[in-house]
Amino acid sequence: MTSVKLPIYLDNSATTPVDPRVVEAMIPYFTEKMGNAASRNHPFGWVAEEAVDYARDQITQLIGAKSSKEIIFTSGATEADNLALKGVAEMYARKGNHIITTNTEHKAVIDTCKVLQKRGIEVTFLEIKEDGLIDLEELRNAMTDKTILVSVMMVNNEIGVIQPIKEIAKIAHEGGALFMTDATQAVGKLPVNVNEMGIDLMAFTAHKMYGPKGVGALYVRRKNPRVKVTAQQDGGGHERGMRSGTLNVPGIVGFGKAAEICRLEMDKDIAHVRKLRDKLESALLEMEESYLNGHKEHRTPYLSNISFKYVEGEGLMMGFNQSIAVSSGSACTSASLEPSYVLIALGLDDELAHSSIRFSFGRFNTEEEVDYAIDAVKKAVNRMRDLSPLWEMYKDGIDLSTVEWAEH
Amino acid sequence: MAYSDKVLDHYNNPRNVGTLDKESKTVGTGLVGAPECGDVMRLQIEVDDETGMIKDAKFKTFGCGSAIASSSLATEWLKGKSVDEALAIDNMTIVEELELPPVKIHCSVLAEDAIKAAINDYRVKNGMEAIEEEEKIVH
Repeated sequence: MTSVKLPIYLDNSATTPVDPRVVEAMIPYFTEKMGNAASRNHPFGWVAEEAVDYARDQITQLIGAKSSKEIIFTSGATEADNLALKGVAEMYARKGNHIITTNTEHKAVIDTCKVLQKRGIEVTFLEIKEDGLIDLEELRNAMTDKTILVSVMMVNNEIGVIQPIKEIAKIAHEGGALFMTDATQAVGKLPVNVNEMGIDLMAFTAHKMYGPKGVGALYVRRKNPRVKVTAQQDGGGHERGMRSGTLNVPGIVGFGKAAEICRLEMDKDIAHVRKLRDKLESALLEMEESYLNGHKEHRTPYLSNISFKYVEGEGLMMGFNQSIAVSSGSACTSASLEPSYVLIALGLDDELAHSSIRFSFGRFNTEEEVDYAIDAVKKAVNRMRDLSPLWEMYKDGIDLSTVEWAEH
Repeated sequence: MAYSDKVLDHYNNPRNVGTLDKESKTVGTGLVGAPECGDVMRLQIEVDDETGMIKDAKFKTFGCGSAIASSSLATEWLKGKSVDEALAIDNMTIVEELELPPVKIHCSVLAEDAIKAAINDYRVKNGMEAIEEEEKIVH
Protein backbone atom coordinates (compact mmCIF):
# COMPACT_ATOMS: atom_id res chain seq x y z
CA MET A 1 0.00 0.00 0.00
CA THR A 2 2.97 2.26 0.46
CA SER A 3 3.39 2.40 -3.30
CA VAL A 4 0.14 4.34 -3.80
CA LYS A 5 0.71 7.83 -5.06
CA LEU A 6 -1.28 10.43 -3.12
CA PRO A 7 -3.66 12.17 -3.45
CA ILE A 8 -5.95 9.60 -5.04
CA TYR A 9 -8.50 10.93 -7.49
CA LEU A 10 -11.96 9.40 -7.04
CA ASP A 11 -13.93 12.32 -8.46
CA ASN A 12 -14.01 11.31 -12.12
CA SER A 13 -17.63 12.40 -12.48
CA ALA A 14 -16.46 15.96 -11.88
CA THR A 15 -13.78 15.75 -14.53
CA THR A 16 -11.32 13.18 -15.83
CA PRO A 17 -7.61 13.49 -16.45
CA VAL A 18 -6.76 13.95 -20.13
CA ASP A 19 -5.48 10.72 -21.62
CA PRO A 20 -1.79 11.15 -22.61
CA ARG A 21 -2.68 9.92 -26.12
CA VAL A 22 -5.15 12.78 -26.35
CA VAL A 23 -2.59 15.34 -25.23
CA GLU A 24 -0.17 14.05 -27.84
CA ALA A 25 -2.76 14.42 -30.59
CA MET A 26 -3.53 17.99 -29.54
CA ILE A 27 -0.04 19.44 -29.24
CA PRO A 28 0.69 20.20 -32.93
CA TYR A 29 -2.53 22.21 -33.16
CA PHE A 30 -1.22 24.74 -30.68
CA THR A 31 1.96 25.39 -32.63
CA GLU A 32 2.80 24.45 -36.20
CA LYS A 33 -0.79 23.55 -37.14
CA MET A 34 -2.27 26.62 -35.49
CA GLY A 35 -4.61 27.69 -38.25
CA ASN A 36 -8.18 28.91 -37.99
CA ALA A 37 -10.52 26.24 -39.32
CA ALA A 38 -12.51 28.99 -41.01
CA SER A 39 -9.55 30.28 -43.03
CA ARG A 40 -10.54 28.97 -46.42
CA ASN A 41 -7.69 30.26 -48.51
CA HIS A 42 -4.40 28.96 -47.15
CA PRO A 43 -2.87 25.69 -45.98
CA PHE A 44 -3.00 26.62 -42.30
CA GLY A 45 -6.78 26.88 -42.49
CA TRP A 46 -7.09 23.74 -44.60
CA VAL A 47 -5.07 21.69 -42.11
CA ALA A 48 -7.16 22.95 -39.20
CA GLU A 49 -10.42 22.33 -41.03
CA GLU A 50 -9.33 18.84 -41.95
CA ALA A 51 -8.47 18.11 -38.31
CA VAL A 52 -11.86 19.39 -37.17
CA ASP A 53 -13.63 17.28 -39.79
CA TYR A 54 -11.71 14.23 -38.67
CA ALA A 55 -12.63 14.84 -35.02
CA ARG A 56 -16.25 15.33 -36.03
CA ASP A 57 -16.16 11.91 -37.68
CA GLN A 58 -14.63 10.32 -34.59
CA ILE A 59 -17.40 11.75 -32.42
CA THR A 60 -20.10 10.86 -34.94
CA GLN A 61 -18.96 7.28 -34.79
CA LEU A 62 -18.90 7.19 -31.01
CA ILE A 63 -22.56 8.21 -30.70
CA GLY A 64 -23.84 6.34 -33.75
CA ALA A 65 -24.97 9.47 -35.59
CA LYS A 66 -25.76 9.31 -39.31
CA SER A 67 -23.79 12.35 -40.38
CA SER A 68 -20.93 14.38 -38.97
CA LYS A 69 -22.96 17.49 -39.82
CA GLU A 70 -25.09 16.61 -36.82
CA ILE A 71 -22.27 17.55 -34.42
CA ILE A 72 -22.23 21.20 -33.31
CA PHE A 73 -19.13 22.07 -31.31
CA THR A 74 -19.58 24.21 -28.21
CA SER A 75 -17.51 25.21 -25.21
CA GLY A 76 -18.95 22.36 -23.16
CA ALA A 77 -22.13 20.61 -22.11
CA THR A 78 -23.53 23.65 -20.31
CA GLU A 79 -23.43 25.67 -23.51
CA ALA A 80 -24.87 22.74 -25.44
CA ASP A 81 -27.76 22.47 -22.96
CA ASN A 82 -28.41 26.19 -23.22
CA LEU A 83 -28.31 26.13 -27.00
CA ALA A 84 -30.63 23.15 -27.21
CA LEU A 85 -33.25 24.38 -24.76
CA LYS A 86 -33.29 28.04 -25.70
CA GLY A 87 -32.72 27.26 -29.37
CA VAL A 88 -35.66 24.85 -29.55
CA ALA A 89 -37.91 27.15 -27.52
CA GLU A 90 -37.29 29.94 -30.04
CA MET A 91 -37.27 27.85 -33.20
CA TYR A 92 -40.49 25.99 -32.38
CA ALA A 93 -42.32 28.88 -30.68
CA ARG A 94 -45.08 28.74 -33.25
CA LYS A 95 -45.66 25.08 -32.61
CA GLY A 96 -45.90 25.27 -28.84
CA ASN A 97 -44.55 26.66 -25.62
CA HIS A 98 -44.30 23.70 -23.28
CA ILE A 99 -41.14 21.86 -22.18
CA ILE A 100 -41.01 18.83 -19.90
CA THR A 101 -37.92 18.01 -17.86
CA THR A 102 -37.11 16.56 -14.41
CA ASN A 103 -36.15 17.96 -11.05
CA THR A 104 -32.86 16.05 -10.92
CA GLU A 105 -31.32 17.47 -14.07
CA HIS A 106 -28.00 19.25 -13.93
CA LYS A 107 -28.27 22.97 -13.14
CA ALA A 108 -27.39 23.72 -16.76
CA VAL A 109 -30.81 22.36 -17.69
CA ILE A 110 -32.83 23.37 -14.63
CA ASP A 111 -31.63 26.95 -14.54
CA THR A 112 -31.96 27.36 -18.30
CA CYS A 113 -35.55 26.13 -18.03
CA LYS A 114 -36.17 28.65 -15.26
CA VAL A 115 -34.96 31.42 -17.55
CA LEU A 116 -37.31 30.12 -20.24
CA GLN A 117 -40.18 30.22 -17.74
CA LYS A 118 -39.51 33.92 -17.29
CA ARG A 119 -39.75 34.28 -21.05
CA GLY A 120 -43.23 32.74 -21.00
CA ILE A 121 -42.41 29.11 -21.71
CA GLU A 122 -44.31 26.62 -19.60
CA VAL A 123 -42.02 24.09 -17.98
CA THR A 124 -43.05 20.90 -16.21
CA PHE A 125 -40.45 19.53 -13.80
CA LEU A 126 -41.25 15.86 -13.33
CA GLU A 127 -40.47 14.45 -9.93
CA ILE A 128 -38.39 11.32 -9.82
CA LYS A 129 -39.34 8.21 -7.91
CA GLU A 130 -37.46 7.05 -4.84
CA ASP A 131 -35.10 5.01 -6.98
CA GLY A 132 -34.18 8.06 -9.04
CA LEU A 133 -36.05 7.03 -12.20
CA ILE A 134 -38.87 9.02 -13.73
CA ASP A 135 -42.39 7.66 -13.87
CA LEU A 136 -43.18 7.08 -17.55
CA GLU A 137 -46.90 7.30 -16.91
CA GLU A 138 -46.42 10.71 -15.35
CA LEU A 139 -44.47 11.81 -18.38
CA ARG A 140 -47.25 10.58 -20.66
CA ASN A 141 -49.80 12.51 -18.64
CA ALA A 142 -47.72 15.66 -18.69
CA MET A 143 -47.61 15.75 -22.51
CA THR A 144 -49.91 18.30 -24.14
CA ASP A 145 -50.39 19.42 -27.73
CA LYS A 146 -48.21 22.40 -26.85
CA THR A 147 -45.26 20.26 -25.75
CA ILE A 148 -42.32 20.91 -28.05
CA LEU A 149 -39.51 19.27 -26.10
CA VAL A 150 -38.87 16.61 -23.50
CA SER A 151 -35.45 16.84 -21.86
CA VAL A 152 -34.26 14.05 -19.56
CA MET A 153 -30.65 13.41 -18.63
CA MET A 154 -29.22 10.01 -19.48
CA VAL A 155 -27.07 9.36 -16.40
CA ASN A 156 -27.47 11.40 -13.25
CA ASN A 157 -24.25 13.05 -12.15
CA GLU A 158 -24.79 12.59 -8.42
CA ILE A 159 -26.37 9.18 -8.03
CA GLY A 160 -25.62 7.63 -11.41
CA VAL A 161 -29.10 6.31 -12.23
CA ILE A 162 -29.69 5.63 -15.92
CA GLN A 163 -33.06 6.80 -17.22
CA PRO A 164 -34.96 4.62 -19.72
CA ILE A 165 -34.03 6.91 -22.60
CA LYS A 166 -35.53 4.83 -25.40
CA GLU A 167 -38.94 4.65 -23.72
CA ILE A 168 -38.87 8.33 -22.83
CA ALA A 169 -37.98 9.28 -26.41
CA LYS A 170 -40.84 7.15 -27.68
CA ILE A 171 -43.36 8.89 -25.43
CA ALA A 172 -42.02 12.30 -26.48
CA HIS A 173 -42.29 11.43 -30.17
CA GLU A 174 -45.77 9.95 -29.83
CA GLY A 175 -46.83 13.27 -28.35
CA GLY A 176 -45.25 15.16 -31.24
CA ALA A 177 -42.37 16.59 -29.22
CA LEU A 178 -38.63 16.44 -29.74
CA PHE A 179 -36.48 14.52 -27.30
CA MET A 180 -33.28 15.92 -25.85
CA THR A 181 -30.87 14.39 -23.36
CA ASP A 182 -27.98 15.75 -21.36
CA ALA A 183 -25.64 12.78 -21.73
CA THR A 184 -22.58 14.35 -20.12
CA GLN A 185 -22.02 11.40 -17.78
CA ALA A 186 -22.79 8.80 -20.43
CA VAL A 187 -21.10 9.59 -23.73
CA GLY A 188 -17.72 7.90 -23.97
CA LYS A 189 -18.45 5.91 -20.84
CA LEU A 190 -21.44 3.80 -21.79
CA PRO A 191 -22.82 2.71 -25.15
CA VAL A 192 -24.83 5.59 -26.62
CA ASN A 193 -26.54 5.43 -30.01
CA VAL A 194 -28.65 8.41 -30.94
CA ASN A 195 -30.57 6.48 -33.57
CA GLU A 196 -31.32 3.37 -31.57
CA MET A 197 -32.30 5.51 -28.59
CA GLY A 198 -34.39 8.01 -30.53
CA ILE A 199 -32.45 11.09 -29.46
CA ASP A 200 -33.03 14.35 -31.34
CA LEU A 201 -30.65 16.57 -29.38
CA MET A 202 -27.85 15.54 -27.06
CA ALA A 203 -25.41 17.58 -24.98
CA PHE A 204 -22.05 16.15 -23.97
CA THR A 205 -18.51 17.22 -23.22
CA ALA A 206 -14.91 16.16 -23.70
CA HIS A 207 -13.58 16.55 -20.18
CA LYS A 208 -15.68 13.75 -18.69
CA MET A 209 -14.23 11.28 -21.19
CA TYR A 210 -10.49 11.89 -20.88
CA GLY A 211 -10.52 14.84 -23.26
CA PRO A 212 -9.72 18.49 -22.52
CA LYS A 213 -11.92 21.00 -20.70
CA GLY A 214 -13.54 23.81 -22.67
CA VAL A 215 -14.95 21.79 -25.54
CA GLY A 216 -18.24 19.99 -25.87
CA ALA A 217 -20.90 19.32 -28.44
CA LEU A 218 -24.57 19.35 -29.19
CA TYR A 219 -25.87 16.58 -31.39
CA VAL A 220 -28.67 17.97 -33.58
CA ARG A 221 -30.58 15.42 -35.65
CA ARG A 222 -30.76 16.17 -39.37
CA LYS A 223 -33.14 13.50 -40.58
CA ASN A 224 -36.45 12.09 -39.29
CA PRO A 225 -37.05 14.73 -38.18
CA ARG A 226 -34.76 17.53 -39.28
CA VAL A 227 -34.18 19.50 -36.09
CA LYS A 228 -33.14 23.12 -35.97
CA VAL A 229 -32.17 25.37 -33.13
CA THR A 230 -32.01 29.15 -33.14
CA ALA A 231 -28.45 30.35 -32.54
CA GLN A 232 -27.87 31.85 -29.11
CA GLN A 233 -24.62 33.53 -30.04
CA ASP A 234 -24.22 35.62 -33.15
CA GLY A 235 -21.18 36.14 -35.30
CA GLY A 236 -19.43 34.43 -38.16
CA GLY A 237 -22.04 31.75 -38.70
CA HIS A 238 -19.85 28.81 -37.76
CA GLU A 239 -21.30 25.36 -37.13
CA ARG A 240 -23.98 25.69 -39.77
CA GLY A 241 -25.09 28.98 -38.28
CA MET A 242 -26.04 27.43 -34.98
CA ARG A 243 -22.98 28.42 -33.00
CA SER A 244 -20.78 31.27 -34.08
CA GLY A 245 -17.25 31.57 -32.78
CA THR A 246 -13.82 30.41 -33.91
CA LEU A 247 -13.50 26.71 -33.34
CA ASN A 248 -11.23 25.51 -30.55
CA VAL A 249 -9.15 23.39 -32.90
CA PRO A 250 -6.74 21.75 -30.42
CA GLY A 251 -9.64 21.10 -28.07
CA ILE A 252 -11.73 19.58 -30.82
CA VAL A 253 -8.83 17.41 -32.00
CA GLY A 254 -8.48 16.18 -28.40
CA PHE A 255 -12.21 15.62 -28.12
CA GLY A 256 -12.12 13.52 -31.28
CA LYS A 257 -9.15 11.47 -30.14
CA ALA A 258 -10.78 10.92 -26.73
CA ALA A 259 -13.97 9.77 -28.46
CA GLU A 260 -12.04 7.30 -30.58
CA ILE A 261 -10.22 5.83 -27.58
CA CYS A 262 -13.47 5.59 -25.62
CA ARG A 263 -15.17 3.80 -28.49
CA LEU A 264 -12.36 1.29 -28.91
CA GLU A 265 -11.74 0.70 -25.22
CA MET A 266 -15.22 1.03 -23.80
CA ASP A 267 -15.69 -2.59 -22.79
CA LYS A 268 -12.34 -2.61 -21.06
CA ASP A 269 -13.06 0.71 -19.31
CA ILE A 270 -16.45 -0.45 -18.08
CA ALA A 271 -15.11 -3.74 -16.74
CA HIS A 272 -12.29 -1.87 -15.02
CA VAL A 273 -14.42 0.74 -13.23
CA ARG A 274 -17.10 -1.78 -12.35
CA LYS A 275 -14.56 -3.95 -10.58
CA LEU A 276 -13.16 -1.00 -8.63
CA ARG A 277 -16.57 0.48 -7.86
CA ASP A 278 -18.00 -2.83 -6.67
CA LYS A 279 -15.01 -3.45 -4.45
CA LEU A 280 -15.20 -0.08 -2.76
CA GLU A 281 -18.96 -0.12 -2.53
CA SER A 282 -19.29 -3.54 -0.96
CA ALA A 283 -16.54 -2.77 1.56
CA LEU A 284 -18.13 0.51 2.61
CA LEU A 285 -21.68 -0.83 2.70
CA GLU A 286 -20.48 -3.45 5.14
CA MET A 287 -20.19 -0.64 7.65
CA GLU A 288 -23.06 -0.19 10.04
CA GLU A 289 -25.65 2.44 9.02
CA SER A 290 -24.25 3.10 5.58
CA TYR A 291 -26.64 3.32 2.65
CA LEU A 292 -26.41 3.31 -1.12
CA ASN A 293 -28.28 6.20 -2.78
CA GLY A 294 -30.18 5.69 -6.02
CA HIS A 295 -31.40 2.69 -7.97
CA LYS A 296 -29.34 -0.42 -7.33
CA GLU A 297 -29.45 -1.79 -10.89
CA HIS A 298 -30.34 1.02 -13.31
CA ARG A 299 -27.15 2.93 -12.79
CA THR A 300 -23.73 3.62 -14.15
CA PRO A 301 -20.76 1.51 -13.00
CA TYR A 302 -18.66 4.68 -12.79
CA LEU A 303 -19.83 5.93 -9.44
CA SER A 304 -21.20 5.11 -6.05
CA ASN A 305 -23.09 7.50 -3.80
CA ILE A 306 -23.12 6.40 -0.18
CA SER A 307 -24.54 8.00 2.96
CA PHE A 308 -22.79 7.35 6.24
CA LYS A 309 -25.51 8.03 8.73
CA TYR A 310 -24.72 10.22 11.77
CA VAL A 311 -21.66 11.83 10.21
CA GLU A 312 -21.70 15.00 8.17
CA GLY A 313 -20.27 14.77 4.66
CA GLU A 314 -17.92 17.71 4.66
CA GLY A 315 -16.62 16.97 8.12
CA LEU A 316 -16.01 13.42 6.98
CA MET A 317 -14.27 14.45 3.77
CA MET A 318 -11.95 16.67 5.75
CA GLY A 319 -10.69 13.49 7.41
CA PHE A 320 -9.23 12.21 4.18
CA ASN A 321 -9.27 14.97 1.61
CA GLN A 322 -5.52 15.40 1.78
CA SER A 323 -5.23 11.89 0.37
CA ILE A 324 -8.51 11.12 -1.42
CA ALA A 325 -10.54 13.43 -3.67
CA VAL A 326 -14.29 12.79 -3.69
CA SER A 327 -17.38 14.98 -3.56
CA SER A 328 -20.25 15.30 -1.14
CA GLY A 329 -23.94 16.15 -1.24
CA SER A 330 -23.46 17.96 2.01
CA ALA A 331 -24.61 21.56 2.18
CA CYS A 332 -21.27 22.61 3.51
CA THR A 333 -19.58 21.89 0.21
CA SER A 334 -21.61 24.62 -1.43
CA ALA A 335 -22.12 28.22 -0.47
CA SER A 336 -25.89 27.80 -0.39
CA LEU A 337 -26.04 25.75 2.83
CA GLU A 338 -28.63 23.56 1.16
CA PRO A 339 -27.95 19.86 0.77
CA SER A 340 -28.03 18.27 -2.67
CA TYR A 341 -31.36 18.84 -4.44
CA VAL A 342 -30.89 15.54 -6.25
CA LEU A 343 -30.69 13.56 -3.02
CA ILE A 344 -33.62 15.47 -1.56
CA ALA A 345 -35.61 14.72 -4.73
CA LEU A 346 -34.86 11.04 -4.14
CA GLY A 347 -36.84 11.38 -0.96
CA LEU A 348 -33.78 11.18 1.26
CA ASP A 349 -34.00 12.89 4.62
CA ASP A 350 -31.93 16.06 4.70
CA GLU A 351 -29.89 14.33 7.32
CA LEU A 352 -28.86 11.48 5.01
CA ALA A 353 -28.25 13.94 2.21
CA HIS A 354 -25.81 15.78 4.47
CA SER A 355 -24.05 12.48 5.09
CA SER A 356 -23.48 11.50 1.49
CA ILE A 357 -20.24 11.01 -0.41
CA ARG A 358 -19.88 10.40 -4.14
CA PHE A 359 -16.98 8.20 -5.21
CA SER A 360 -16.44 8.18 -8.96
CA PHE A 361 -14.00 6.06 -10.89
CA GLY A 362 -12.09 6.24 -14.13
CA ARG A 363 -9.69 4.62 -16.52
CA PHE A 364 -6.62 5.56 -14.53
CA ASN A 365 -7.66 4.39 -11.08
CA THR A 366 -6.00 1.28 -9.69
CA GLU A 367 -7.02 -1.42 -7.27
CA GLU A 368 -4.29 -0.30 -4.87
CA GLU A 369 -5.88 3.12 -4.78
CA VAL A 370 -9.25 1.63 -3.98
CA ASP A 371 -7.76 -0.47 -1.17
CA TYR A 372 -6.18 2.63 0.27
CA ALA A 373 -9.43 4.56 -0.03
CA ILE A 374 -11.51 1.87 1.66
CA ASP A 375 -9.15 1.88 4.60
CA ALA A 376 -8.96 5.67 4.89
CA VAL A 377 -12.70 6.22 4.53
CA LYS A 378 -13.57 3.56 7.10
CA LYS A 379 -11.14 5.09 9.58
CA ALA A 380 -12.54 8.55 9.00
CA VAL A 381 -16.16 7.41 9.37
CA ASN A 382 -15.34 5.69 12.65
CA ARG A 383 -13.47 8.71 13.90
CA MET A 384 -16.29 11.06 13.01
CA ARG A 385 -18.82 8.81 14.64
CA ASP A 386 -16.79 8.88 17.84
CA LEU A 387 -17.17 12.65 17.62
CA SER A 388 -20.85 12.60 16.75
CA PRO A 389 -23.53 13.20 19.38
CA LEU A 390 -26.06 11.64 16.99
CA TRP A 391 -24.11 8.41 16.78
CA GLU A 392 -23.97 8.30 20.58
CA MET A 393 -27.72 8.88 20.79
CA TYR A 394 -28.35 6.22 18.17
CA LYS A 395 -26.17 3.78 20.10
CA ASP A 396 -28.10 4.64 23.28
CA GLY A 397 -31.28 3.65 21.51
CA ILE A 398 -32.70 7.17 21.19
CA ASP A 399 -35.00 7.68 18.20
CA LEU A 400 -33.65 10.88 16.70
CA SER A 401 -36.96 11.72 15.09
CA THR A 402 -38.50 12.15 18.55
CA VAL A 403 -35.90 14.70 19.63
CA GLU A 404 -36.96 18.32 19.63
CA TRP A 405 -34.12 20.05 17.84
CA ALA A 406 -33.21 23.63 18.53
CA GLU A 407 -32.95 24.74 14.92
CA HIS A 408 -31.05 27.86 14.21
CA MET B 1 -12.28 25.77 0.39
CA ALA B 2 -9.04 25.85 2.30
CA TYR B 3 -9.21 25.69 6.06
CA SER B 4 -7.08 27.75 8.42
CA ASP B 5 -4.32 25.95 10.29
CA LYS B 6 -6.24 26.46 13.50
CA VAL B 7 -9.37 24.76 12.16
CA LEU B 8 -7.23 21.89 10.90
CA ASP B 9 -5.50 21.59 14.25
CA HIS B 10 -8.80 21.37 16.16
CA TYR B 11 -10.22 18.98 13.58
CA ASN B 12 -7.21 16.68 13.72
CA ASN B 13 -6.73 16.94 17.48
CA PRO B 14 -10.11 17.83 18.92
CA ARG B 15 -9.90 18.88 22.56
CA ASN B 16 -12.24 17.54 25.20
CA VAL B 17 -14.30 15.10 23.17
CA GLY B 18 -16.63 13.14 25.38
CA THR B 19 -19.69 12.89 27.54
CA LEU B 20 -20.42 14.07 31.08
CA ASP B 21 -23.25 12.68 33.18
CA LYS B 22 -26.14 14.81 32.06
CA GLU B 23 -28.21 13.79 35.08
CA SER B 24 -25.67 15.30 37.48
CA LYS B 25 -26.73 18.54 39.13
CA THR B 26 -23.32 20.06 38.56
CA VAL B 27 -23.42 19.36 34.80
CA GLY B 28 -25.08 21.62 32.26
CA THR B 29 -25.83 20.24 28.79
CA GLY B 30 -26.54 22.21 25.65
CA LEU B 31 -27.72 20.41 22.53
CA VAL B 32 -28.19 22.77 19.58
CA GLY B 33 -28.65 22.56 15.84
CA ALA B 34 -30.56 19.91 13.92
CA PRO B 35 -29.52 16.92 11.84
CA GLU B 36 -31.37 18.19 8.79
CA CYS B 37 -29.41 21.44 8.94
CA GLY B 38 -26.19 19.47 8.83
CA ASP B 39 -24.88 20.39 12.26
CA VAL B 40 -25.63 19.38 15.82
CA MET B 41 -23.47 20.34 18.77
CA ARG B 42 -23.61 18.95 22.24
CA LEU B 43 -21.60 20.91 24.73
CA GLN B 44 -21.41 20.10 28.41
CA ILE B 45 -19.93 21.93 31.38
CA GLU B 46 -19.23 20.72 34.86
CA VAL B 47 -19.33 23.44 37.51
CA ASP B 48 -17.49 23.34 40.81
CA ASP B 49 -20.14 23.77 43.54
CA GLU B 50 -17.83 25.67 45.83
CA THR B 51 -16.20 28.12 43.48
CA GLY B 52 -18.74 28.39 40.68
CA MET B 53 -15.91 27.79 38.22
CA ILE B 54 -16.22 25.50 35.21
CA LYS B 55 -13.88 22.64 35.99
CA ASP B 56 -14.57 20.47 32.96
CA ALA B 57 -16.11 20.83 29.53
CA LYS B 58 -16.82 18.21 26.87
CA PHE B 59 -18.30 18.20 23.40
CA LYS B 60 -19.47 16.04 20.57
CA THR B 61 -20.36 17.55 17.21
CA PHE B 62 -22.00 16.34 14.03
CA GLY B 63 -20.96 18.82 11.39
CA CYS B 64 -18.31 20.20 9.13
CA GLY B 65 -14.73 20.86 10.15
CA SER B 66 -15.50 24.43 11.20
CA ALA B 67 -18.33 23.27 13.46
CA ILE B 68 -16.06 20.70 15.08
CA ALA B 69 -13.30 23.29 15.52
CA SER B 70 -15.71 25.89 16.95
CA SER B 71 -17.01 23.53 19.60
CA SER B 72 -13.56 22.14 20.39
CA LEU B 73 -12.25 25.68 20.88
CA ALA B 74 -15.28 26.56 23.03
CA THR B 75 -14.54 23.73 25.46
CA GLU B 76 -10.96 24.93 25.75
CA TRP B 77 -12.08 28.44 26.57
CA LEU B 78 -14.78 27.32 29.01
CA LYS B 79 -12.49 25.43 31.34
CA GLY B 80 -11.36 27.55 34.26
CA LYS B 81 -13.88 30.31 33.61
CA SER B 82 -16.70 31.26 35.95
CA VAL B 83 -20.19 30.74 34.58
CA ASP B 84 -20.62 34.49 34.19
CA GLU B 85 -17.37 34.82 32.31
CA ALA B 86 -18.42 31.95 30.07
CA LEU B 87 -21.63 33.77 29.20
CA ALA B 88 -19.57 36.57 27.76
CA ILE B 89 -17.96 34.37 25.08
CA ASP B 90 -18.99 35.88 21.78
CA ASN B 91 -19.22 34.06 18.49
CA MET B 92 -17.12 36.70 16.75
CA THR B 93 -14.19 35.90 19.02
CA ILE B 94 -14.42 32.33 17.78
CA VAL B 95 -14.58 33.56 14.18
CA GLU B 96 -11.44 35.62 14.69
CA GLU B 97 -9.53 32.90 16.50
CA LEU B 98 -10.32 30.23 13.89
CA GLU B 99 -10.24 32.63 10.93
CA LEU B 100 -13.61 31.33 9.76
CA PRO B 101 -14.80 32.53 6.35
CA PRO B 102 -18.22 34.28 6.18
CA VAL B 103 -19.98 31.11 5.01
CA LYS B 104 -18.89 29.38 8.22
CA ILE B 105 -19.93 32.06 10.69
CA HIS B 106 -23.05 30.06 11.54
CA CYS B 107 -20.74 27.40 13.08
CA SER B 108 -19.48 29.93 15.61
CA VAL B 109 -23.03 31.10 16.32
CA LEU B 110 -23.98 27.52 17.00
CA ALA B 111 -21.05 27.17 19.42
CA GLU B 112 -22.14 30.30 21.27
CA ASP B 113 -25.70 28.96 21.39
CA ALA B 114 -24.40 25.68 22.78
CA ILE B 115 -22.47 27.46 25.54
CA LYS B 116 -25.57 29.47 26.50
CA ALA B 117 -27.78 26.37 26.39
CA ALA B 118 -25.37 24.45 28.62
CA ILE B 119 -25.22 27.31 31.12
CA ASN B 120 -29.01 27.63 31.16
CA ASP B 121 -29.41 23.93 31.73
CA TYR B 122 -27.06 24.22 34.70
CA ARG B 123 -28.86 27.30 36.02
CA VAL B 124 -32.32 25.76 35.79
CA LYS B 125 -31.12 22.56 37.48
CA ASN B 126 -29.82 24.66 40.34
CA GLY B 127 -32.92 26.77 40.85
CA MET B 128 -31.88 29.82 38.86
CA GLU B 129 -33.72 31.42 35.99
CA ALA B 130 -32.65 30.73 32.43
CA ILE B 131 -31.04 33.72 30.74
CA GLU B 132 -33.00 35.01 27.78
CA GLU B 133 -31.06 34.89 24.59
CA GLU B 134 -30.88 37.97 22.49
CA GLU B 135 -31.42 37.40 18.81
CA LYS B 136 -28.26 37.21 16.82
CA ILE B 137 -28.13 38.43 13.31
CA VAL B 138 -26.47 35.77 11.22
CA HIS B 139 -24.89 36.35 7.80
